[in-house]
Amino acid sequence: MTMIFGVPMAVFMGQLTLGLVNGAFYALLSLGLAVIFGLLKIVNFAHGAQYMLGAFAALLGFRYLGINYWLALILVPLVVGGFGMLMERFLLRRIAHLDHLYGLLLTFGLALIFEGTLINFFGVSGARYATPEILQGGLNLGFMFLPTYRAWVLVAALAMCLFTWFMIERTRLGAYLRAGTENSQLMQAFGVNVPLLITLTYGFGVGLAAFAGVLAAPLYPVSPTMGSSLLIVVFAVVVIGGMGSILGAILTGLGMGIIEGLTKVYYPEASNTVIFLVMILVLMLRPAGLFGKEA
Amino acid sequence: MNTAEAFDNQDAPENQTLEMLRVQDLHAFYGESHILHGVNFDVKRGELVTLLGRNGAGRSTTLKAIMNMVGRRTGSIIINGNETLRMKPHHIPRLGIGYCPEERGIFASLDVHENLLLPPTVRSGGMSLDEIYSMFPNLYERRNSPGTRLSGGEQQMLAMARILRTGARLLLLDEITEGLAPVIVQKLGEVLVQLKERGMTIVLVEQNFRFAAPLADRHFVMDHGQIVEEITAAQLPSRREHLNSMLGV
Repeated sequence: MTMIFGVPMAVFMGQLTLGLVNGAFYALLSLGLAVIFGLLKIVNFAHGAQYMLGAFAALLGFRYLGINYWLALILVPLVVGGFGMLMERFLLRRIAHLDHLYGLLLTFGLALIFEGTLINFFGVSGARYATPEILQGGLNLGFMFLPTYRAWVLVAALAMCLFTWFMIERTRLGAYLRAGTENSQLMQAFGVNVPLLITLTYGFGVGLAAFAGVLAAPLYPVSPTMGSSLLIVVFAVVVIGGMGSILGAILTGLGMGIIEGLTKVYYPEASNTVIFLVMILVLMLRPAGLFGKEA
Repeated sequence: MNTAEAFDNQDAPENQTLEMLRVQDLHAFYGESHILHGVNFDVKRGELVTLLGRNGAGRSTTLKAIMNMVGRRTGSIIINGNETLRMKPHHIPRLGIGYCPEERGIFASLDVHENLLLPPTVRSGGMSLDEIYSMFPNLYERRNSPGTRLSGGEQQMLAMARILRTGARLLLLDEITEGLAPVIVQKLGEVLVQLKERGMTIVLVEQNFRFAAPLADRHFVMDHGQIVEEITAAQLPSRREHLNSMLGV
């Protein structure tokens, strides 16, 4: 059997794939956080809960309304994103003029409320969401076995990241977003409806989290706490990548997933902490993050 | 974002007011500090007026107050016959106003071309990209550079150029010659003359009186948040000494 640095090729590639899949979730979530932070200047602590709401919406939509996976993949981000817009319009906007720390506290509080409410009804043990039939099974690539659903997650997440990058970097609405991130007051003076832009941006970031949640539903147990544990790692990823760049958030997310996966191969004891070690290292050497701009 | 149609009726001859802008008893506040203390002035259609005065006299704040960019305002600001004091900030430019801030406000994450295309069209009849690039050939050469890589003069031209595309008929220009080389200042002067010929109404906040004097129809001198004097172009030669002493130049 082929060995890579003393590890069987199949094991190595398996962990690499796992790492990439995790990295794809990190990328999707840190992307949403970065977009929201850019324009609203708030750290969206509800991001993990919104990801969880995405997974739950898919689960409950299937259970009670018979909405299948593919429909959920489109509908859930719209519904949860729309819910995010209401949150922005009626809660976050009221405190937008205060110190941004209040935004962090408010979103954290909301996250606790969402989690608590769902725990009350569904408990913490988590439910299974069936993998859509067409994505069941796997592909034998010769050197490794690739579960079809994981391959799909990777493709879908990267496609969504690319779409987001394109929207922000190559369209007029994206130019508004970038310019508003730099100087929203001047954008108002040009006649751009900045409050609306803020609502849409928050909704979009939340929609990304919900999209990630639907993708995650067949992979991980759908539980009210599934977001909070993930969010901590995603924050570390954002710190490593820096808040400045869209492409940076995507690349850092994938990179950290790979590093985490490979650590599982070579030194499993450190696999849960390696991202935080990288974070400490980056903070010491490049406090603004790998892709961030020095303030 | 094209709201031009909504305003077409105001361009009809019967609705043409002679007055483009009337500011009456305007007070403005930043938090607790009271910056403008009852500013009164008016600008006729096609006129170029200056707001002169020392630093801190309230000239920039007057422009920002017109754009609803200060904390609180009282009084009256009538633009093209519309009372704007209660308008939301993003509705005001749609009356056909272009604002060029003192710090120029060029966006670093956008290239020159994107910066130029950024402000939404507020009215029909704005300058085309070709016209703008022929007015500012430097910008065309550097259209793919990030906005803030330009020299100060080029950034200033970009800040001016992008509001010409929008179809704005009233331009509020804040210290456009500040810190620029004489040759660029001269170029900006030529641009203002061309804009006037196109029928634009211009309010110019200026420190450089020698730049402003030959261009303007009227000058308003500000001090302590008020207009303290109005001087027409005709009165200017006899009042020059007096003005110099007032402005401390």
